[in-house]
Order: sequence, then structure tokens, then C-alpha cells
Amino acid sequence: MLYIKCPHCGLRSQNEFAYGGDASVKRPELNKEISDQEWDEFVYLRKSPRGKHLELWHHVSGCRQWIKVLRDTSTHEIFNTYKSEEKVG
Amino acid sequence: MVQNYRLDKIGLVNREKKLSFKFNGKKYFGYEGDTLASALIANGVHLVGRSFKYHRPRGFFGAGVDEPYAIVQLYRNGETEPNVRATEQELFEGLEAKSVNCWPSVNFDIGAINNFLNIFLPAGFYYKTFMWPRSFWYRIYEPFIRKAAGFGVASKEHDKERYEHKYEYCDLLIAGSGPSGLASAYAAAKNGARVILAEDKPRFGGSLLTSDVSINNQSGKEWADNIITELKGMTNVTVKNRAQIFGYYDHNMLVMSERVTDHLPKSEEFTPKQRLWYIRAKQVVISSGSIERPIVFGNNDTPGVVLASAAKEYMKVYGVLVGKKPIVFTNNDSAYETAIEFKKNNINPIVLDSRQDSNSEIVKEAKSLGIDIKFSHVVVAAKGYKKVKSCDIAEISEDKQNLNQIKNIECDCICVSGFWTPTIHLASQSGGKTKFKEEIDAFVPDKSKQKEVTLGSANGVFTLEETLKTSFDKGFELSKEITNNNNSQQIPKVSEKKHSKHDKFWCVPLPKGKKYKRFLDFQNDVAVSDIELAIREGYRSIEHVKRYTTLGMATDQGKTSNLNGLQLVSNIENKVVPAVGHTTFRPPYTPISIGAIVGREIGKHSKPTRKSPMHNWHEKNNAVFVDAGVWLRPRYYKRGNEGLFEASKREAENVRKNVGVCDVTTLGKIDVKGPDAAEFLNRVYTNAWLKLPVGKARYGVMLREDGIVMDDGTTTRISENHYHMTTTTAQAANVLSHLEYYLQLVWPELDVNVVSTTEQWAGAAIAGPKSRDLLQKLFPDTDVSNEGLPFMGFVEADLFGVNARIFRISFSGELAYEVNVESDNGNFMWEKIIEIGKDFDLQPYGTEALSTLRIEMGHVAGSELDGRTIPYDTGLDGLVSKKKDFIGKRSLLKKAYNEKDRQRLVGVVPLDKKTSIPEGSHLVKDPKGKLPNPKLGHISASCWSVEHNNPFSLAILKDGKNMIGSKLYAMSPLKNKTIAVEIVSSHYVDPKGERVRS
Repeated sequence: MLYIKCPHCGLRSQNEFAYGGDASVKRPELNKEISDQEWDEFVYLRKSPRGKHLELWHHVSGCRQWIKVLRDTSTHEIFNTYKSEEKVG
Repeated sequence: MVQNYRLDKIGLVNREKKLSFKFNGKKYFGYEGDTLASALIANGVHLVGRSFKYHRPRGFFGAGVDEPYAIVQLYRNGETEPNVRATEQELFEGLEAKSVNCWPSVNFDIGAINNFLNIFLPAGFYYKTFMWPRSFWYRIYEPFIRKAAGFGVASKEHDKERYEHKYEYCDLLIAGSGPSGLASAYAAAKNGARVILAEDKPRFGGSLLTSDVSINNQSGKEWADNIITELKGMTNVTVKNRAQIFGYYDHNMLVMSERVTDHLPKSEEFTPKQRLWYIRAKQVVISSGSIERPIVFGNNDTPGVVLASAAKEYMKVYGVLVGKKPIVFTNNDSAYETAIEFKKNNINPIVLDSRQDSNSEIVKEAKSLGIDIKFSHVVVAAKGYKKVKSCDIAEISEDKQNLNQIKNIECDCICVSGFWTPTIHLASQSGGKTKFKEEIDAFVPDKSKQKEVTLGSANGVFTLEETLKTSFDKGFELSKEITNNNNSQQIPKVSEKKHSKHDKFWCVPLPKGKKYKRFLDFQNDVAVSDIELAIREGYRSIEHVKRYTTLGMATDQGKTSNLNGLQLVSNIENKVVPAVGHTTFRPPYTPISIGAIVGREIGKHSKPTRKSPMHNWHEKNNAVFVDAGVWLRPRYYKRGNEGLFEASKREAENVRKNVGVCDVTTLGKIDVKGPDAAEFLNRVYTNAWLKLPVGKARYGVMLREDGIVMDDGTTTRISENHYHMTTTTAQAANVLSHLEYYLQLVWPELDVNVVSTTEQWAGAAIAGPKSRDLLQKLFPDTDVSNEGLPFMGFVEADLFGVNARIFRISFSGELAYEVNVESDNGNFMWEKIIEIGKDFDLQPYGTEALSTLRIEMGHVAGSELDGRTIPYDTGLDGLVSKKKDFIGKRSLLKKAYNEKDRQRLVGVVPLDKKTSIPEGSHLVKDPKGKLPNPKLGHISASCWSVEHNNPFSLAILKDGKNMIGSKLYAMSPLKNKTIAVEIVSSHYVDPKGERVRS
């Protein structure tokens, strides 16, 4: 079970969190013309990298904040965690 | 009965306390401190079971967790437990156990015929035989395999014992209390670290309990006892015996199973039987020791063949002899300790040593004691069926290929030692690499992946001096990193006997013309010939060989067999062991009971039960409850002999005719507040929200980004910047997370806050033509006329001194209102409604009537919004704004979503107007069509229409829009029903929606 450092609450076990997928996905702006392909990529297509991955976790059983976690998908090493508004990299 | 194999002056059992127990119905005695195994051996009982495949007789092989044979069915305090290892089960007064895998008895077992049919049961037998013919599988093969498989019998009764879970944190977790565990624990604890020390056996000390060493002029056991006593007195140390750390998971989380009261006749009150510990450790010390491995020879599974270290442990810990005419068969020095121990107890062993010679200290000692040692000698085969009676021995050539003349010598046990295998399971589970260490012919941990270190014989270090030194150093070093303290301990002085090299010899060749079975895996009956067959048949990867032959797949997970299997595969393949590699180590290290895994999460404790504030009233008034998510809701209120159908029909009819009240507390409620709340709702919902005035409610639909309907509900503008959103009961938590996602990550610029208020409000839906009259009496000071409180209106009002919110919204399709009060006043509100409602023939109604009312009205709910439907499919496309953008809108342009014959919500009536249509039925054109019969749609919800007095269903049907009036068939293979139906509008009652506005 992962041990995730919530930037608001501190180190907590994984069972307090819900996984939220790739944090680098940006929702297209509202009211913007966008091609079918671009939209489909946003809705459906995700990379599944082996190695470093910036992802979203929701501290559902804690502070209810969405946070970003930089994690290695093969070793589960967590390099850093960030608040939702923090810029990463 | 006399304990013929019990020694008088040796062992750690309490001879003052005699315990009686029963094995296979026969009564025996043992002592406090015995295991079931040691007590049986003391009584001369060596036949305890039958093997898995050939039903060959089984005795004892080890003395602990590695035991492959002595698996029994245990009876304790009215419960029964399968797969208990007799070598681990401590004796208690009145213990009862039985042999498994034998019928009718362990002495006469009919399954043993397999032993004589063994040429028909080679590796892969099941795969080869039970494949064909296919039709035999269910009726013949599967029942046969089920009967043959498995050792014990699981109880069908509910387990009355209590199991608990515990979460713990520490600086240093130490797995195993042998010399390396004790030393590192002591050094770290003295340096201020928070330490947990876990030992799977009842006694601490590991190898120190049986080895002939001295530490600081004390015996190994005395030293261990003193360290443990001191550790137990320290507040920063937790010491646990009977506690097995069985799994190493991510981020240094380990799981430990503590057998709290398994050693007692019954669990004490408020004490669990077992406790599962989830431990998050900053550092882990793996001091799990090593397990002796056997040498493979003919009939090496005969009862009486035991590990040499186990024979020594039975003597030194339990004061029990495994035999009185022992053969010690070894390829190394450590077994000489066993021989010497026999000799000290006036038993004359014969040592067969595969080496040509050894002049180490301990061999010299054995010689000086007059022990008969035969170098270059091996056991060729054990003789005897239910117990060893003699053995064939022979001199072996230097290259270990040829046997000289075979001699038979009498013996009653063969103590075998093929050197030591480090227990690297935890280190490997953590993700660390392993490496093959040539000097010891075994794998040891290499680079560790997590924060762990492996010490002592688990790391392939077999001298006490080096073990203690590195363990004291490591314990100090690791604790210093955590505590910054600098209190190091002096490393004690050790005296031990130096050992010489072991012989790289593990398997005795077959003498010419003999076909002895030579077993590798004792529990699953995997012999050398099975592995040879698998390789001949083309299996190469060790993982495949394992699965094909079941080597190492029994409940002992190959603790004594894996390495010899690897040796054999590498010999045949002409490779070295590291090139073959080992199979993956996975948790759990030992079998863990299901009860321990489940813990307290059983029955009503498995999930929270949420009850509305009116629950007690419902209970008193004969409500029959139904689970709605985690909530309990009244399904119907039973009167007299009514069943579900009659009661719900009566309740629904009364709503249509008079007035009913339904507890709607469980609906999800979310407060949406802030200056940008309207804009936020406008983006979340498909319809327009910017112009909703204060005091008005609106029905809204929200989508996922892929265009699928996520949830629906009404949201009311309470004041300028305050909205009260409702969600379905099931989706409440998901909707809140969804809103938080968009507010925190996508549109953080919006000044809006959301918070769940589900628990804060109790709700009652009052529905029916007389609902306004009732409401007026409940709120005499409030104008609830059609003008004062129109459809979708909202007012705050006073309910006999209690603040209430009235929403004029309707799920039933009748003139209806929802009244909310603070939860604490819920019951007060409910009782007032019931009391005053009497004048209007009010009846409470449950979820079943609620469903009936919404289905015949064509209102969609969870069964239509099932995660597969877009607004068009459910007839909600009128609520999709063309002007503004919202979550999921772009997806609605998809071609598939705009096909002309797109599926759509319809009503379905059986032609005979009598037969109810099972939910989930498929709609097809031709009931006799060839399978798979093309499915045009499915029945999503069914009810008995109280308005029309005939069955009515909703369905999602392909081209539903143009299918009204057509005749189809509803087929339910599950219920074996085919019903001719007509497709009608989904609005079966009041299609113009006049009642809600009346």
C-alpha cells in the first residue's frame, strides 16, 4: 500500500485516496472549436508510461483536495507531491 | 499411555503440567510447551496423514513453518479449522485433531491405490486426462478433482471467533528473533529507536535455542532470554511472539499475522483469535533465518525421514526423540550437532557423510564421543511403508555418480541435512534482487529495493560471530539515522565451533535396476521423474516447470523443495542454477486464515449502515427495509398478510387517489455557494442556469466528458449565491468528487465552494392530489396555493416552530412537495405529517411504490441512467442546451450518438395485459430466431401500473422513436419466459404533465 504525502495533511496511506489519472491532461477550453481527434484524445487517450508519471490523486477520506503526485509507475517510488495549483517541472 | 519417546532431563516443556489431547479419536498426553507434533512424536505416533496425489503415508519432516507433511484438521471450542500444521499448533488441554486426505482412516487409506497406479499419474496428468471429452468436465471430472483436491475441510458454519486488524508505525521492524534479530533490535532500541520485534514461534531466540554456543559466557538461550527480558521492559519496544510477518508490500508496509489465542483451548472474552497488523516501518531488518534442505534419495518421503535440525529441535526444545536408532545423513557439519545430541542422550547414531572426510572441530568432537561415522556414504533408499524400518546404504564414488555395494542397516529414523537455504522471501517480496551464492548453493538477497536489510543466515552468513557483529552494527547504524542518538553497545564475545565446507551434493543416484520414487516436493508428491518428464516434454522456463508439475505449489510453497528442484532442472539442462533462476516469491509467506484477512469487517460491520432520522418510526410501523447503497430504506409498509406486490400496489394507488408520504432523506444533497455558483452550475448541467431566480428549483442533467449521463436531480436557488443541489442516492459521493475536480483543477478561477449536506437534512416527499390540502394544514401561515407556491417553486416556512424548506417538485408525477427540516427534527416532521395526514387518508409509501409511480410516469432513474446512455437515449435531449457549452457537450456530436435509429426510451405493455416482464429481458423481433438472436433493446424497469391495472415496463430500444405501436417479444432466458409485447410511449400516465402543475 502506497504512502502518499498529501501536501495539506502529511503522510497518509493509499486507502485514504482515490486515483485520478494523468495530471498533465488539460481540458480544452469551453466554447472553443476543436477537432474530433483533439476531443477524442482528451476524453479517451492516455499514455501509460513506464517510469515517471505525474498523476492526480483525490484525498477523499481526508481533506478532499485533489493533489498531484510524481510517481514511478514501475517501482512505485514517489518523488514529490504538489497542491493542485502548483506548477510542476 | 506412556510417552515412550520422551526424554527426562532435556527440553523446555513444562513437565509439571500434563495436557490430554485426542488424535484420530485416541487419547494421548503431552506437556505444556509441546506442539501437537512433539506430543505425538513423544507418544510414538509417526503416521499422521496421507500425501496429496499418491496417498503415501506421511509423518513429520520439520519442526516449524516449513513442515510439508503434518497437516491436520483441528477441532477447538466447537469450531474446526483445516490445514493446521501440527509442528506449529501448540498443545492445549482437550485439543482434538484428525488426519486429512485419507479415507476411511490414516492407517487404511483407499486412495493409496494411487501409489500403485503411479505410472498413470505422471506430471501433467490432470492436464492430459481431463481435457477430453469436453462433456465429461462438469459431471465427471470436476467432481472427481474436487473430491481429490485439498487437505482439510472448511467449516460451513459461521466462524464465531473474533479477528482484528491493527495499524502500527515504527522506526525499525525486525522479522525474526534469532541472533541477528535480537542483536539488531537490542542495538537499535538502546539507541532510542521505536522497534517492533516479531517472532513466529512461541519462544524467542531462533537458532540460539538449539545451537551449542556461548555468548558472553552464557549459553545462547540464556543470552537470548536476557535480551528479550530487557527489550520487553523498554517503552520504545514492542515484542511479539506467535507473530509471522508474511508480506512485504510497497513503501515499507509489512503485514504480520499474530496468533493471539490459537494456543489456548478457547479465546478469552474480548480477545481476538488472531490479529492482523499493518505495519509501516521506516527501516526493516529481515532476520528470518534459514531452512535446512533435504538430500534427495529413494523413498525419502517415508515417515521417519526428518530434517536433522528438526530432530535436534525435538530433543533440545521438546525433550523428544524422533527415533531410537537414528541414521544421520549429511553433506555438511551442522548435522553433527544432531548426532552429538543423540549421543548425549544415550542414543547411538550412525552418521553417513557424503564428503570424503572432514576434520573440523565438531567432527572431531563426534569422533571423540565414539560416534560411528561413515564418510563417502549415502542413504540409497529408505525401507518400510508406514515408518522407516531400515535403509539401504552404499559407498559413493568421488564423482558421486556410482554406488558401491549396497548394504541394508536397521534404523527407525533418518535425519537428513543437505545444508541450508536462506529464507529470502521477504527480501524478494520487497522487490529486491537476489543473487546465487556459490559457497552455499543458494540464493541470497542482492541489492535491496526498499528500506530493508537482511542479516544473519537469511543473508547466507552462518557463523554466529559475524552475524552478531554485523547485526549490532546495523541496528546501531539504522537507528542513528532515525534518532540521531549515538549510544552504541559493546559486541559480545562469542565462542562457537568452526565448520568446514559442505559438499555440493543433493541427490543420490538410483542404483541399477531400481525405480525408487525420489521426492522433491513432499506435499504435492513431485518426484525427480516428474521434473525429468516435464523437461522431456519441452517445458523450459522454471515458472512453467513449476506449474506443470506443481513443484512448490503446495501450502508450504516449496520451502524445502524449491532449491533441489532448481538443482535438478539445471543438471538436466546442463546449466548453472542462477541461469535457471528461481520462481517468484509472493506473499503470504505462510498460509493466513481468511478470518484474519477479513478482520472485523463482517456482517453489518462490512460497511456502514446509514439510517434516516425516521428509521425508528418505519420500524415500528412494519416497514420492510431494502439496502439502497449504504442506506436502509423502507421498501413497503406491511399490513396484515400483504406481500411486496399487494402492499406496494396499495401504497401507489393511494398516492394517485389521495396522498402519500415517502422518506427521501437519502437523496444526496450538496450546498453550492459563491458568487460564481450560477456560472459553475451552467457548466456542470446540460441546461441553462444563469437565469434561475431565487426561490425556484430546476431539474438538471449532468454528463461525463464522454457524453454519458452521470446523474440527474433538482437544484434550487436558496438565495443569491446559494444553491441546494440534489443527486440520486447512489451517485451522491461521485458527484461531489466530480464537482471538486472541476473547481480545484479545471476552473480554479471560479469562486465557488461545494460541501455535502446529505446528513444535515431530513426529507419527506408528500405526493398525491390531496397533498396541497395537507400542506396547508401543516403550514397554516404559508401561502401554498398554486399561485403562492407554483410548480418548481421553493419557500422557507415554519412547521410548528421548526424551520422547514418546501420544494414543489415531483418524482411521482402527482401534485407533490418535498419538505426538508434539519435532521434532528426529522422525526418530529414525519410524525406531524402522519398525524395531520390522517384526515386526508394519507399512507406512507416505500421505494417499491415510489418506483411504480415513476416508471408508469416515464421518469428515468438509475436503471436507465446506467452509465451507457446519453441524454437522447433517455428522452432527456430536450434539456440539452444548444447555446452554451458544458461538460461532455462536445462528445454529443459523435456520429454514433446521432444515428437515425439511435436507441431511445419507450414503454412496453404485454399484449395479454397480465404477464409481468422480467427486468433485463431482451426485446427481439423473432422469438424463435437463431441464436444469438439479435437484440433490439432491453427492459430497464418493470412495474404493475396502478393507473391502468396491468403490467408496464420501460425499455431502451433501438430506433425507439419510430417503434411506438410495433409488436415485439420480450425474452428472458433466465426466467424462461417469452412474452409478446407492444411498444408504447414511455409516458404511460398523464403524458402532458398536467397533474404536477395543478
